[in-house]
Amino acid sequence: MKLRTLAIPYVGWMALFVVTPVVIILAYAVTNSGGAFSLESFAKMGDYISVFIRSFLLAVISTVICIIIGYPVAYILAKERPRLQRILLMLVMLPMWMNFLLRTYAWMSILENTGLLNRLLTAVGLPAVGIINTPGAVVIGMVYNFLPFMILPVYSVIVKIDRSLIEAAQDLGAGGLTIFRKVIFPLSLPGVLSGITMVFVPAVSTFVISQLLGGGSNMLLGDLIEMQFLGTAYNPHLGSAIAFVMMIVVMLCMWLMNKFGAGEEQAVML
Amino acid sequence: MKKRPLPTSRIFLVLIFIFLYAPIALLIAFSFNSTKSRTVWSGFTFDWYRQLFQDSAIMSSLWTTLTVSIFAALIATVAGTFAAIGLNNMRRRWQSPLLAVSNIPVINADIVTGVSLCLLFVSLGAVLKFELGFGTLLIAHITFNIPYVILSVMPKLRQLDKNLVDAAQDLGCTWFQAFYKVIIPEIMPGIINGMIIAFTMSIDDFVISYFTAGSQVQTLSMTIYSMTRRRISPKINAVSTLLFVFVLIMLLIINFREVRQEERVKKQNSHHHS
Repeated sequence: MKLRTLAIPYVGWMALFVVTPVVIILAYAVTNSGGAFSLESFAKMGDYISVFIRSFLLAVISTVICIIIGYPVAYILAKERPRLQRILLMLVMLPMWMNFLLRTYAWMSILENTGLLNRLLTAVGLPAVGIINTPGAVVIGMVYNFLPFMILPVYSVIVKIDRSLIEAAQDLGAGGLTIFRKVIFPLSLPGVLSGITMVFVPAVSTFVISQLLGGGSNMLLGDLIEMQFLGTAYNPHLGSAIAFVMMIVVMLCMWLMNKFGAGEEQAVML
Repeated sequence: MKKRPLPTSRIFLVLIFIFLYAPIALLIAFSFNSTKSRTVWSGFTFDWYRQLFQDSAIMSSLWTTLTVSIFAALIATVAGTFAAIGLNNMRRRWQSPLLAVSNIPVINADIVTGVSLCLLFVSLGAVLKFELGFGTLLIAHITFNIPYVILSVMPKLRQLDKNLVDAAQDLGCTWFQAFYKVIIPEIMPGIINGMIIAFTMSIDDFVISYFTAGSQVQTLSMTIYSMTRRRISPKINAVSTLLFVFVLIMLLIINFREVRQEERVKKQNSHHHS
């Protein structure tokens, strides 16, 4: 018996539960409710162009903020003593163990008009802010939920950077900033790239965060898909078409990322 | 990197951790609040914890979440380990495309995986006469868990010295003995790690469960989601606090054991040297 035969059951499983669903999505996307071939679902997507733009815009903004905040956090973490590093790393991962719906709901209590933030502001004599049900609140929710997905891959790359490279740069007369710009940053790029996909993909497809923090007026792609399957606007053909477009975009992102050399192992550095 | 961190970077770190933990502290604090308000503190109580165990909706969804996560993690760990060993022994031109297909659920947005499985189960159900429920939920969880197990076992297999298996067989091991006495112990850390990731993914999942569980079965996340449309009961804060504390203790134990093991290894090494 050959060891490679051990993979056969899984190949069957994948054919049924990974490949077939993708084929079904495609089949639904290119047919109408009568079952005939039709591209009307793709044409109908034009009506939702504002949702597409809003989703991509908010996801890009959240991803950029995650890099701006997450990169320094990862960098500082990698510089700490090993024992402290271990504890801090655990502290970064721990929030993911509190149910994410509930954490997002907690932000509602903080950001609401009569919420904790506004009470704090008025207590110190500042004017209250109306954040809840705005795109800003959705971005806060996304950054909050997905920040660990940026910190962890960046950290895992920086911590593996060979110290002798930095010492060599120092010996050759490079200052702290030059070392960062010419050695550490380029070497950490694979981590940043995998962080970008790990933040962008869930951000562009979320429907919970926008429903809880964005009110009804900030519909995203995720909400649009959900509505077509389990919501009020039942139309699995349109829903499949949007899901299919989303899949293509995500695959394109991954392809670009692989081109820039981030490995598969880093993508799951959870 | 030998320079001590600047105090400004420490302050930055503290601010980020406040950002990460403020909502969690809030959730835990309000699980002890004596009224149902989630912003006004009115006194300390254990009532929500007591009522929690009498709430059949929450307890049954907690049960569903735990059973589906445990079964899915165990099955995915076994299936993923076998699949990884099989894939690792294939030629590159077969291995690479199969791994790419295997990674589809990891790469895809949860909602795409969820609706595509939903469509599959509904079409299959129409033919084979079954409805969405615990079975489809479990299949969905196993499906998105297996690739994580493979991704965590694969690097260990690549580190494995191929000659070890040959040597074992030369020394009289059967194929099966070589498998479970040589390969499995060598890749055990990867298997355990994969199982932990799979369990975490399952217990935290909302979106895929939401589309594949049907209307009869609910996971804890689904119960919480249906509550967010009205008002979340502090009982939910209570059950989440309990889960959170449980995980915290588990992580502390694992962490503590790892540190002790490392110290033991260090000691042994220094003995050998002296």
